[in-house]
Amino acid sequence: MQTSLSGQVLRRIAHVLVITAFTVALAFPFYWMLITSFKQNVDLYTMQNNPFIFNAKPTLDHLTFLFTQTRFVRWLGNTTFVGVVVVSITLVFALPAAYSLARLSGRWGERVGIGIFLTYLVPPTLLFIPLSRVIAHLGLQDSLWALILVYPSFTVPFSIWLLMGFFKAIPRELEDAAMVDGLTRFGAFVKMVIPISTSGILTVVIFTFTLVTQEFVYALTFLSSEANQMIGTGIPIFLVRGDVYYWGALMAACLIATLPIAFLYNLFLDRFIAGFTVGAVK
Amino acid sequence: MLAPAVVYILLLVAGPFLLAIFYAFSDARIGNTQLHFVGLENFRSILQSPSFRIAVRNSFIFTIGSQIVVIIASSILAIALEQPFRGRGVLRFLMLLPWVAPIALGAIGWKWILDSIYSVISWVLVALHVYKPFSAPMWLGEPHLAITSVLLVHSWRLIPFSTVILLAGRTAVPKDIPEAAAVDGAGFWRTEFLILLPMMTPIISVAVLFGIIFTFTDMTVVYILTAGGPFDSTQVLPSLAFTLGIQGSDLAAGAAISLFLVPLLVIIAYLMLRVAHRAEVT
Repeated sequence: MQTSLSGQVLRRIAHVLVITAFTVALAFPFYWMLITSFKQNVDLYTMQNNPFIFNAKPTLDHLTFLFTQTRFVRWLGNTTFVGVVVVSITLVFALPAAYSLARLSGRWGERVGIGIFLTYLVPPTLLFIPLSRVIAHLGLQDSLWALILVYPSFTVPFSIWLLMGFFKAIPRELEDAAMVDGLTRFGAFVKMVIPISTSGILTVVIFTFTLVTQEFVYALTFLSSEANQMIGTGIPIFLVRGDVYYWGALMAACLIATLPIAFLYNLFLDRFIAGFTVGAVK
Repeated sequence: MLAPAVVYILLLVAGPFLLAIFYAFSDARIGNTQLHFVGLENFRSILQSPSFRIAVRNSFIFTIGSQIVVIIASSILAIALEQPFRGRGVLRFLMLLPWVAPIALGAIGWKWILDSIYSVISWVLVALHVYKPFSAPMWLGEPHLAITSVLLVHSWRLIPFSTVILLAGRTAVPKDIPEAAAVDGAGFWRTEFLILLPMMTPIISVAVLFGIIFTFTDMTVVYILTAGGPFDSTQVLPSLAFTLGIQGSDLAAGAAISLFLVPLLVIIAYLMLRVAHRAEVT
């Protein structure tokens, strides 16, 4: 098992090479968004210019344009609004469901839980056509409420699945003791279980919110007017006027919308992954 | 406490799904109030259309192709990221961006990188004298290049997801197993392929199954990058369903096309259940 010195050096070099190559390949588009956001148009659209450097002075024009001449701020607001309402609805449905599944005796809780988890796999691209009619019948075309109605159909299943794991780790004795003290099972759930499950609830909040920001198909199908867009649809569709792409503003918008979500997602990454691995990692 | 969540999911997942089946056997159109049962007529005309055949072929090319790229790349990256090193946290954040960013925004970043005139890739290739100025190919304008581009953007997005899942799998392998293998004289490759690979099979299958679903049912990457073009050459099943069903008002045809997603989804759900079941038993 003695590795020679040159072998160690080689492995070290291979390691650095692999890490560098992957970082560049994966993060490059975001670096490109960053540099494009601050370049003057004359710099961006001159083919002879080296695109990796600033050939003209950096500018804040694209950001000013984005925040004053477009509906970008409105889209951020729309996304936040839908996100907050969908998170609340998701918690209202998922918390009690996950708790009762976690407390179902035998293997049935687990099985029903997996059944619900599987509905998360039913894609929007299978349901958007009939749902577009349902939304039309309800008079919700071009309304953010259409998204608020439909998004829980995929946020609730995954949230139930994530929360089940948390609730199972809470000892039953805790609620039993509370019930002996005269609380109902629901009372015990609200007063005892919820307060000690804050980290689980926070995980679900962040995950639901990121799912809402990442969704594209339903937003594209249900929303039509420029003022009612979400960030995912407004930026790629309405920042293009005719055939003119405002690349500077577009890239700035992509980056601004992505970074906060990325920070939040990173904080809770390990918990999301535990949810995705369906128990295949113990 | 379970009932509200189950009812909500049934109404918004099972309901529209049944409606999709119903539409697929009808002549439903947007703006048409009367529905007629037309039997297999929709399926007959779909199966005869060349765009549909291309869409089926592309759906499989993108799904299988990107999964091969993703699983090889993420296996290498997971090995490289397993041991802690300085700056790993920052690099992990950067490498996760493709997965965390809303897919529509990541795709629009690539659209700029692959621009027909100002593509940075073309600039580099011209600078390296691979192409003469102004003669670099249009990455999204020629069928084969457009297909390759879409495939690689899908892979780019899923590599981080697959990597973190594989990392979770590697950290779950008891430390003494690779150590014992090293004592017994197994080198890096033998440890990886003969000892770790078999132990990692369940977790790798989880990553692949999710990857298949995310790619096979996605229309966002195609819609943003090429809108199915040039000449329907990058169309996939979901984007074709959107083009015909929503943009073309032919709900029946769109619903029928999206139903072709179902057989593969059922197979994936079955395999997912098997993985979950094994995890439950052991």
